[in-house]
Amino acid sequence: MKRELLKFLLFAVLILAAPLAFKGGYLMNVLVFVGINTMLAVALNLLLGYAGQISLGHAGFFGIGAYLSGILTATYGWNPWLAMPLAALAVGILAGLIGFPILKLKGHYLAMATLGLGIIIYIVFNETVDLTGGPSGFSGIPNLSVGSFVFNNDIRNYYLAWTFALAVVLFSVNLAGSRVGRALRAVHDSEVAARVMGVNARVLKVQVFALSAVISSLAGSLYAHTMTFVSPASFGFNFSVELLTMVVIGGLGSVYGSFLGAALLTLLPELLRGAQDYDIIIYGGLLMIMVMFMPGGLVRGIPDLFRRAAGIRGGAGNA
Amino acid sequence: MLEVTGITRRFGGVTALEDVSFTIGQGSITGVIGPNGAGKTTLFNIITGIYSRTSGCVKLEGRDISGLSPERLARLGMVRTFQNIELFSTMSVLENVMVGLHTKSSSGLLACSLKMPWSIVEERRIRESAMQWLEFTGITDLAGDAAGNLPFGKGRLLEIARALAVQPRIILMDEPAAGLNSQETLALARLIEKIRGMGITVVLVEHDMELVMDVCDRIVVLNLGRKLAAGTPREIQENEEVIAAYLGEG
Repeated sequence: MKRELLKFLLFAVLILAAPLAFKGGYLMNVLVFVGINTMLAVALNLLLGYAGQISLGHAGFFGIGAYLSGILTATYGWNPWLAMPLAALAVGILAGLIGFPILKLKGHYLAMATLGLGIIIYIVFNETVDLTGGPSGFSGIPNLSVGSFVFNNDIRNYYLAWTFALAVVLFSVNLAGSRVGRALRAVHDSEVAARVMGVNARVLKVQVFALSAVISSLAGSLYAHTMTFVSPASFGFNFSVELLTMVVIGGLGSVYGSFLGAALLTLLPELLRGAQDYDIIIYGGLLMIMVMFMPGGLVRGIPDLFRRAAGIRGGAGNA
Repeated sequence: MLEVTGITRRFGGVTALEDVSFTIGQGSITGVIGPNGAGKTTLFNIITGIYSRTSGCVKLEGRDISGLSPERLARLGMVRTFQNIELFSTMSVLENVMVGLHTKSSSGLLACSLKMPWSIVEERRIRESAMQWLEFTGITDLAGDAAGNLPFGKGRLLEIARALAVQPRIILMDEPAAGLNSQETLALARLIEKIRGMGITVVLVEHDMELVMDVCDRIVVLNLGRKLAAGTPREIQENEEVIAAYLGEG
């Protein structure tokens, strides 16, 4: 338990000190999105990596959070700090209501159902033009502010996004090591045995689905208030797949792995500027390579590589 | 303690169980035996809420429990183990037993995530209690190992430790001796007696006749989905119908 806390503190210090190393600049803007994507990847990992339930519709929950925050503040003049939790609550209730019937499904069927859900949400964003501005997007969303301090530049947004992301990381690490986290993993490993132990698998799955959606919605609200503009293209099927890729590449069932996956997949497009149209192919390729050669994800695969390298050197020494 | 009345189960046109009735006394060890395909595991799955029944009734301490889910039954004090060991293979041995304490703890999702003081206290209690069950089954030294890497015999013991952590009043074991060597089977017999010594009623489905005759007070014999006989080990050994069924002369 102490070790987990130490790990988190080290991580938090690294994150909070990172801007000193980059001294502002364009990269800061990207690092804001690493924070937001870390929240999303951790949220999806709770569902996929711990409870073993897939979702191909999480971009939809992210989008509802973003649009609800945007519409409530820009159209109706709400305070963003009020809009954000309200949006999250609405998304949580929606996810709970939808989760109850669809989490009865398993494997491919659950993947198809959540895929459909994501697509429906995407269509709603496009078609309700009066409310969302349709395909051309929704602009004029205010930045978050505390008194007269406005989160309107990259460095401020970095600390804003990462305050939330670090809270989500700590929350999830705590959950994973707890009674409820163990029950989730038990359902993943053997649902029937978990039920025999008294775990109500059905309710637990719906709970974690809703929690995961709530975190995604919060990430969406932050996204809307930092970008001040949202459009449906950010919340489509491609982004759901990207989130899934982050979780798998980082490591299923590892909170810090989700950070690694989110960081890699957010920074990668910046490194591959020239190959922009091929990004989905590159993601697909990465996913295949990871599943084949590092099924445990980066968080387990990299230490393994080091161990193997050390082992080979040791072997040579013996010979 | 456990009262099974007229249980019938049909899968499509196949009748797996037909009108099976028997009662099991508080604190007894009962063996359910029968040739392959007799319906023993189906019967277990119905009693423990994994399959539904076509008709009939199961009562636990006078309370009708037929059709209740396994998670409800766990809270009412009924737990089981599986023929092919169902461990939580990615978790440690200790964590497996800690899941067994799920019904004896109550911290919810938010309390756990926010590390509320009472959830920390509860977590410590769960860990200590789980260690006691590892000690009881003699696998304390494996506490930190991954459950998926255990040899079969140790996996069996872990499954029993995990089931005991639920603090059941009745435990149903589906072929606990399958895959064990003779030494392990002997140790299992002593463990089963130790479990009964705590006042827990034990029911076994078992193929190992030596074990059954050794530990059981009463035996229920199934054949082709029907109850063939019930009685003490001696009565069963001398029952001609049972002998015929086992030798295939039925």
